[in-house]
Amino acid sequence: MKMTLAQQLFTIVMVVLGTMLTRFLPFLVFPAGKTTPGYIQYLGKVLPPAVFGLLVVYCMKNVNWLGGSHGIPELLSIAVVAGLHVWKRQMLLSIAGGTVCYMLIVRFA
Amino acid sequence: MKENTRGKMLKKAFRAAFPHTIPIFAGFLFLGITYGIYMNVSGFSFWYPMLMSLTVFAGSVEFVAANMLLGAFHPLQALAVTLMINARHLFYGISMLDKYRGTGLKKIYLIFGMCDESFSINYTAKIPEGVDRGWFMFFVTLLNHCYWFMGAALGGIFGSFIRFNTEGLDFVMTAMFVVIFMEQWMKGEHMGPDHISSLMGIGLSVVCLAVFGAEGFMIPAMAAILGGLTLLRRPLGKGGGLV
Repeated sequence: MKMTLAQQLFTIVMVVLGTMLTRFLPFLVFPAGKTTPGYIQYLGKVLPPAVFGLLVVYCMKNVNWLGGSHGIPELLSIAVVAGLHVWKRQMLLSIAGGTVCYMLIVRFA
Repeated sequence: MKENTRGKMLKKAFRAAFPHTIPIFAGFLFLGITYGIYMNVSGFSFWYPMLMSLTVFAGSVEFVAANMLLGAFHPLQALAVTLMINARHLFYGISMLDKYRGTGLKKIYLIFGMCDESFSINYTAKIPEGVDRGWFMFFVTLLNHCYWFMGAALGGIFGSFIRFNTEGLDFVMTAMFVVIFMEQWMKGEHMGPDHISSLMGIGLSVVCLAVFGAEGFMIPAMAAILGGLTLLRRPLGKGGGLV
């Protein structure tokens, strides 16, 4: 360890502060008591679908498409999740089914 | 008498919230243990992952922070890197301005604990009639926080002894976001604003990932999404689609 304990704690405080800034900022800038600008209200409505798309891609960011397994286990398992969800529309079933599928593929395929 | 009804109300909210967090239980326990083990083998005492999982509660940045703590003392750099990795929370906040309204003091904790998973569940869950919204979201956030803390503590304490085959279990998080993405899609009208936004989210993120790579794509992707949605404000804002 190159840092002293106090320096480490200060670094942790910085990480906490950074995280909290990103979480609290919108609520501080647009407090509940005041009317939120139309543009921000519009964003609040249309952003979430795009954000969920971003999160799916974020989960796949470390997949090696050119080498290794070429992302085939991931794509197959996502297909299983999607198929189950269209068929039964039971969140837990779709998630569990896809995860079990993925665990089987990466171990035995 | 009043205590009794309050207790009933809390219990009801807890019962409604818990099933939504089951996938997170599996995912966070696994990821938390992985994180704790990572800290353990990096030479940190068990109280580091415990402290970090309690106070930061943002998975990816905690892994990065482990590296920062091993390097030289650069507090401002730590702050800047954290802001960059967690910038996506700004989008969550903008989306939750309405939903967290009127939740009293709980709101502070709801915002504090607004990780990817808490945001996703609290935004999409259909809260049953007669269940208190504020307490429902509070319990979702609290349960997630507990799972993450438990995992990190277990990994940190028993890190060097734990041997169990969970290869591939981390996919539970990907599966959950895919399901949430689909739920959001199924709610929207055909090629309406929601669908355009979903497609832009996937499309622009994939393009940015291809161009900027895994470590640098988040900020460009967020900027592209923000720009795209701003350009389309006129057609989408009226509730119309493009097709």
